[in-house]
Amino acid sequence: MDFGGIRALNNLDLDVNEGEIVALIGPNGAGKTTFFNCVTGIYAPTKGEVDLYHKEKNRVVSLLGMKPNQVTEQGLARTFQNIRLFSQMTVLENVMIGRHCRTKAFILGALLRDKKTMQEEDEIIQTSHEILTKIGLQRYENEIAENLPYGAQRRLEIARALATEPVLLLLDEPAAGMNPQETIELVNLIQEIASEGQSILLIEHDMKLVMSLSDRIFVMDYGKKIAQGTPEEIRNNPAVIKAYLGEEVDA
Amino acid sequence: MFTFEELKRSFLVSIWFVFLTFPIMVIRVDSIEKTVQWRWMNMVYVAIGSFILSFVFRYMMQRKEMKSEDNGDGDKKDKTGRSFIHRWLADPKYRNAILGSLLAAAIIFPHVFSTYQTSIMTTALMYVVLGLGLNIVVGLAGLLDLGYVAFYAVGAYTYALLYHFFGVGFWVALPIGGLLAALFGILLGIPVLRLRGDYLAIVTLGFGEIIRLVMENWGAFSQGPSGVSNIPRPSFFGIDMSLDTALVYTYYLMILLVIFTIFFVNRLQDSRLGRAWIALREDEIACQAMGIDKMKTKLVAFSLGAFWAGIVGVIFAAKTTFISPRSFTFIESAIILSIVVLGGMGSIIGVIFGALILILLPEYLRALSEYRMLAFGAILVCMMVFRPQGIIGSIRRTYTYQNRKKADGEVS
Repeated sequence: MDFGGIRALNNLDLDVNEGEIVALIGPNGAGKTTFFNCVTGIYAPTKGEVDLYHKEKNRVVSLLGMKPNQVTEQGLARTFQNIRLFSQMTVLENVMIGRHCRTKAFILGALLRDKKTMQEEDEIIQTSHEILTKIGLQRYENEIAENLPYGAQRRLEIARALATEPVLLLLDEPAAGMNPQETIELVNLIQEIASEGQSILLIEHDMKLVMSLSDRIFVMDYGKKIAQGTPEEIRNNPAVIKAYLGEEVDA
Repeated sequence: MFTFEELKRSFLVSIWFVFLTFPIMVIRVDSIEKTVQWRWMNMVYVAIGSFILSFVFRYMMQRKEMKSEDNGDGDKKDKTGRSFIHRWLADPKYRNAILGSLLAAAIIFPHVFSTYQTSIMTTALMYVVLGLGLNIVVGLAGLLDLGYVAFYAVGAYTYALLYHFFGVGFWVALPIGGLLAALFGILLGIPVLRLRGDYLAIVTLGFGEIIRLVMENWGAFSQGPSGVSNIPRPSFFGIDMSLDTALVYTYYLMILLVIFTIFFVNRLQDSRLGRAWIALREDEIACQAMGIDKMKTKLVAFSLGAFWAGIVGVIFAAKTTFISPRSFTFIESAIILSIVVLGGMGSIIGVIFGALILILLPEYLRALSEYRMLAFGAILVCMMVFRPQGIIGSIRRTYTYQNRKKADGEVS
């Protein structure tokens, strides 16, 4: 991915298999969020492919060149590094927006409020409620989103992304700014979501979280992939240690 | 009683106003008799008046500051955040009584008042529908449209020219006018809706002017500045009606249209589409990331608003039987936008009140004769200073989960 003369992503190959939790880590400025933006259609990569395999349709769909809303319809849902909630809407409504791409009612349905539309509306509210219960936010359900505590806001973003019934869930620094207690709750939440078969791609800085959760880890620095493998392999990888901690210089 | 600082400030204010109004209030040139008259008493009145009014103004501003410190919204709200009018409307007993009496008043209106009053009220109702249509664009979807009059003009000219060239009747032209205006809305929207805020405003303003100028200069098509005349009034199964009856008929037509529009906008607000508009207003990027097609949602709002303007345009042409490009200037767009802003963006009741006030008040203030527009302007300024959120702030039905009950107590 080139921005003028700057190559933000240089030959970054990454794959996520079904039911896996894959983590993408690297120092600040390595290009992780840029990668997310390329995959979800906010940027159009100058070179490269983005392919999604649909199990039900038994087909590979290329997401390259699609607009962000089309990418979400195909099955990629993301959260944002700096929380982007609909702050003046209630928690329930935020999750209901997530259901938008899976429902169909339009102008005529809005006008006539026929049985099908009303059933759809009921289903939206019911499903959103269930997702919130699963995430553990149902006591905030009718609260305005901006009044929520920080940890709850982050979890609301995850709930909203889950409402789109994603094939792959992309979490951009979900634990940023959380205290240790909240981080533990988040780890449990992500494990629970993954245990139901949800594939997850995670950007994170919290090493403990990454090591305990991930099945595989990709490490990048300056736009390039410098290592990949299981947590144990990454922990002892010299290139990774050099990127984060610097190299030892012999006197 | 008053501090020296306040007295000094008010004194300076009155000197300032004397200077400002000197050419208008004091000097009077009589070009017929070639004399100049100096009205010094007026200057004294202005000085004293502005001195006193500045104290009043300062007092009200202080009250406003204090209020906004403890509650961000100068409105008495109950627990669920609904203002006084909305509480009344939510209670079914009161609501039916109010709506019933309004309907009854609307129905007997033409029989109680003169045709002139009915005509004024019909104009006001047309602006109500225009305001509600623009409300969809500006209030619900948050797109600043300064060229709404373009779609109004498209509707009016559609009927006028269809009749002029093809003899098409009112009822056939009505849906055609609306649909053609909606089409123009889509055509304009596709290149333009990717712009934000101020830029969108200027482009739509330009489009409004383009439509007017094309109508004015393409004489062969639109009959140019002399306009199109002899447009027939709406007919009732082909029966010939006298002028009075036709006007009353048009009035009832507008009442029906207003009711339908209120119904339509209400239903739109509380629907999947309405929620998408709110999300679009809040955060476009997050909205897109959640699978909402930004362009499609904006286009729908824009063209729905245009559709309504087209419908009212057709009725306008039928009512006044003569249209010319001079009726579709930027000022019209500004008035309609003022109605929406004055009434409270996004609030249906507010827009209705805004339209009635903005259109009826200058008519009823005719008693004040020369000071009519001054009073009107002053009222508008006061409204915007002391109540910028509009007469009735928007109330949005929030979805809550309470054992299958919705927020305002209806059971699903």
